[in-house]
Amino acid sequence: MIKNSAVEMAKALNSKEISSVELTQAHLDQISKVDTDVHAFLHVDSEGALAQARDVDARRKAGEKLAPLAGVPLALKDVLVQKGIPTTCGSKMLEGWRPPYDSTVVSRLKDNGIIILGKTNMDEFAMGSSTENSAYGPTHNPWDLTRIPGGSGGGSSAALAAFEAPLAIGTDTGGSIRQPAAVTGTVGVKPTYGGVSRYGLVAFSSSLDQAGPCARTVLDAAYLHEAIGGYDRMDSTSINAPIPPVVEAAKNGNVKGMKIGVIKELQGDGYQPGVLKLFNQSLDLLASLGAEIVEVSCKYFDYALAAYYLIAPSECSSNLARFDAMRYGIRVGEGSAEEVMNATRQQGFGREVKRRIILGTYALSSGYYDAYYGSAQKVRTLISRDFEAAFSKADVLVSPTAPTTAFKIGEKANDPIAMYLNDIATIPTNLAGIGGMSIPAGLADEDGLPAGFQIMAPAMKDDRMYQVGSALEAALLSQWGKPILDNAPSLGAR
Amino acid sequence: MALTYDDVIAKYEPVLGLEVHVELGTESKMFCGCNTVFGAEPNTQTCPICLGLPGSLPVVNAKAIEYTIAIGLALNCSIAPYSRFARKNYFYPDMPKNFQTSQYDEPICTNGYLDVTVDTEEGPREFRIEIERVHMEEDTGKSLHMGGSTGRIHGADYSLLDYNRAGIPLVEIVTKVVTGTGKYAPEVARAYVSELRDILRGLGVSDVKMEQGSLRCDANVSLRLIGGDKLGTRSETKNVNSLRSVERAVRGEMIRHAELLNKGERVIQETRHFHEDTGLTTPGRSKEQAEDYRYFPEPDLVPVAPSSEMIEKIRATLPEKPSVRRKKLQEAWQVPDKEMAAMINADVLDLVEATVKLGADPTRARGWWLGEIARIANERGIGAAEMPITPADVAEIVSLITSGELTDKLARQVIEGVINGEGRPAEIIEKRGIKVVSDDSALMAAIEKAIAAQPDVAEKVRKGHVPAAGALIGAVMKETKGQADAAKVRELLLKHLGQA
Amino acid sequence: MDCERRWPDPKVIRARSESLGKVTFMSNISRDDVANLAKLARIDLSEEELNHLSKELSVILDAVARVQEVASADVPPTSHPLPLQNVFRVDEVRPSLTPNEALSGAPAQEEQRFKVPQILGEEQ
Repeated sequence: MIKNSAVEMAKALNSKEISSVELTQAHLDQISKVDTDVHAFLHVDSEGALAQARDVDARRKAGEKLAPLAGVPLALKDVLVQKGIPTTCGSKMLEGWRPPYDSTVVSRLKDNGIIILGKTNMDEFAMGSSTENSAYGPTHNPWDLTRIPGGSGGGSSAALAAFEAPLAIGTDTGGSIRQPAAVTGTVGVKPTYGGVSRYGLVAFSSSLDQAGPCARTVLDAAYLHEAIGGYDRMDSTSINAPIPPVVEAAKNGNVKGMKIGVIKELQGDGYQPGVLKLFNQSLDLLASLGAEIVEVSCKYFDYALAAYYLIAPSECSSNLARFDAMRYGIRVGEGSAEEVMNATRQQGFGREVKRRIILGTYALSSGYYDAYYGSAQKVRTLISRDFEAAFSKADVLVSPTAPTTAFKIGEKANDPIAMYLNDIATIPTNLAGIGGMSIPAGLADEDGLPAGFQIMAPAMKDDRMYQVGSALEAALLSQWGKPILDNAPSLGAR
Repeated sequence: MALTYDDVIAKYEPVLGLEVHVELGTESKMFCGCNTVFGAEPNTQTCPICLGLPGSLPVVNAKAIEYTIAIGLALNCSIAPYSRFARKNYFYPDMPKNFQTSQYDEPICTNGYLDVTVDTEEGPREFRIEIERVHMEEDTGKSLHMGGSTGRIHGADYSLLDYNRAGIPLVEIVTKVVTGTGKYAPEVARAYVSELRDILRGLGVSDVKMEQGSLRCDANVSLRLIGGDKLGTRSETKNVNSLRSVERAVRGEMIRHAELLNKGERVIQETRHFHEDTGLTTPGRSKEQAEDYRYFPEPDLVPVAPSSEMIEKIRATLPEKPSVRRKKLQEAWQVPDKEMAAMINADVLDLVEATVKLGADPTRARGWWLGEIARIANERGIGAAEMPITPADVAEIVSLITSGELTDKLARQVIEGVINGEGRPAEIIEKRGIKVVSDDSALMAAIEKAIAAQPDVAEKVRKGHVPAAGALIGAVMKETKGQADAAKVRELLLKHLGQA
Repeated sequence: MDCERRWPDPKVIRARSESLGKVTFMSNISRDDVANLAKLARIDLSEEELNHLSKELSVILDAVARVQEVASADVPPTSHPLPLQNVFRVDEVRPSLTPNEALSGAPAQEEQRFKVPQILGEEQ
């Protein structure tokens, strides 16, 4: 049962084949079995999850009309606040903190009757591409436990790949949903900016952050997208318009007559050959399904990484200022308030976070603002224009999600720039605020590890990603004969 | 040798810059729905947003925007068609996010002015204060500094934070550099804050109580040699909590700067703290190590672009300007300019108006507020408005005088009683047994007694020396414990002595 | 399969982008610069960290400074990805947290207030 999709599980729940309690317990058992090895979870809320499950079962029994995913379990990235449940953001700074309020995403999950199993591991405060920056130890890729699961949302994607949950929520600022999805063989979606509420999402880079659905299939992700998305009056940057028809699009995956734009700058040299091969094979498949493949050029994308590593640290240096040992979080050190603040931030934040705070503080400094942050904001405009121009020639744009498959834990830990380059294909979408999706493209020749195919759609046209993604997914599945995750090693076998 | 103010203005001319912060009287806070009631139990009006909890997001209060635009219009400002919020980044425990959501290079109102009138030796003179900008921001929490002897931050062992005030909408009004005030700088500063306060009160956007902190003034002062063009170094003075303090602080800083400059020392650019008791300032933070606030546009909020319809709608609801209102009152009450200025200076105009509205005669109302009540207030070092006596009290007293139930002298006793907290006028009259003795026969008895005691004085009066009657009237007043109607006594006495 | 991992090759990406123009603003952050930034950011960095970050950040800044190459005066900056404006809420009171909830994370509290150590700096 745990290997099924969420949609299949929902069907089984509806036909009373299985209860939510049984389903939840099965997942809790799987977590107990494999999570010592995978370390996807920072906190498992067995009691709470089972209580939620009991409640949904009772309501279903009473004949109440329930949401499509009611009773299905989910793993929640630890960057979203959940009332009364430890929320650490992968940092020592918030060790033991239990928020007194729910994020909007959590409220909506609860309203939908979705069972929150626990909080998943992540790079500290969402900064990283490997989950190695977690203060609580890395998560291990279920495909090869010596490798990273991607980041910053490695825990959520690993939980899916290890069948610890059929659904997960991630957040994506520069690729933190999509890149982990790519290297774990799962599906991850970053909605259009403003498509999912940020209220209760602990901020890293406010103008780039977005929460999104993660799952093993495109249709599952679509249902989850509909459950959490939509206008929220608590978020001033929330889009006041209906959610794009993503479920409908996922059900009717069809690319006939669609123009698929291949971004010249997001491939070629610098990308692992096996990854590129899978990408091109997917393009061929799409062509065979009736799509027209066109090449587009987005020349300013070469500046995207630089702009991102100015904007994100700048915003984060301000967003993380609130962690000062005065109102919540840990408090260390003696002496004055200032001394305690300085000592706490020194001990509470990890290396990457400190690096970015200092970089951001510099970029915003008087005298440097125009050269750095100010210039980066202009690059953003240029990248948006590039996308606009590209979308005039194509319905969706595509690229490999990440340049490589999963690298070994520790391999890039001491080379920040090498680490940053993992996001080279995903960052442009965050800068422009449009949506991006990664679906499994197959296993790379060199190492037999998963690689992802990225689909990008114009702002608020998220349904197009699901339409194309679903069509490609079906075609790939029929080529492979079985789901990609069937190739992953069995975990927890002792 | 300490300089006098005259010494200072003989050599230097002052340059001012005034920053006024106004707490808006909205129902809820600037970015969240928490209540804004003053004096609530600590941390009972907080939420994830105003506490800056991780994950929280601000949403702008529509009324705060309207109020700010109203303020800008009342100050003759241009309303920006497009304005943005910005983050002002610095660390301080009373600021939950360790940045203040404020406005930086795109404020909502710019380039206005306010005309104020100051009483000078040559008569009333008008000064135009130019306004640089009016922008929105949020207030901080309140700290209680514990363990020290003064309750101030120096010497405290620890502090206790209450965030009820954090997030309350604040409007900052910044003047351009104010020159040309000469020796009247302190009065101009005071008049500016006073006029601003009247406008804000009239707009209904704030209760503008300086004592409660809903109106705060920071005064920037610098000096330059008369006729010079280079600006001197300025100091910023905070903790200026009353109109009187504004005047005293400016005057005090002018003297302090002059003393330094005369000695050949330089003025340090710094923030200073004003002390009510001494009228002097002490240094705070040195502004020379000013924090770099690293302003950048607030990503969690979207720009504010008020439509011209919205602006005109607000403009249409603006009440009459205080200066216009004052002219109308002056005409209605037939008050000479000097008396008008006196009322404004003593800050009793609103009180007088309120008293008149309750039916009192304007001249009598003015007389009591400007006279007895202002005098006692001055003695106590507080403003007339802070005295524990209300327009209703004064209106009642005036009506009793008019009806003859009180004399001026007795009225003074009643006022004393009200101020001492003995109750309202009616209760005091009852308790103290205050009664005008105007019964002729009772008065005659006292008059005859007085004449009998001072026959030679009475003789003088009979002989035509009327002023001498004063001594006899005095004796009668004493005999009747001040309760006699002095005018009546005089009438009867003179009649009795053949001088009526 | 274990291979020498060389992708993405920074040299390759650099070479391609360098053909678009030279970097005009060379950045060098000294250990003292980092120390000042750490002060602004209220982090008590160790000496080792100060030196290390000085090197690292110089390299990073060198790489990101290229944004200046294309950030010409006629390009407006983007601070919001969406063209939203005038998002307001009605001025009405909504329930607050209880004091217990508000103080629930407090490292120290007294008299229903957050207790913090002696504050040295002056209020702004």
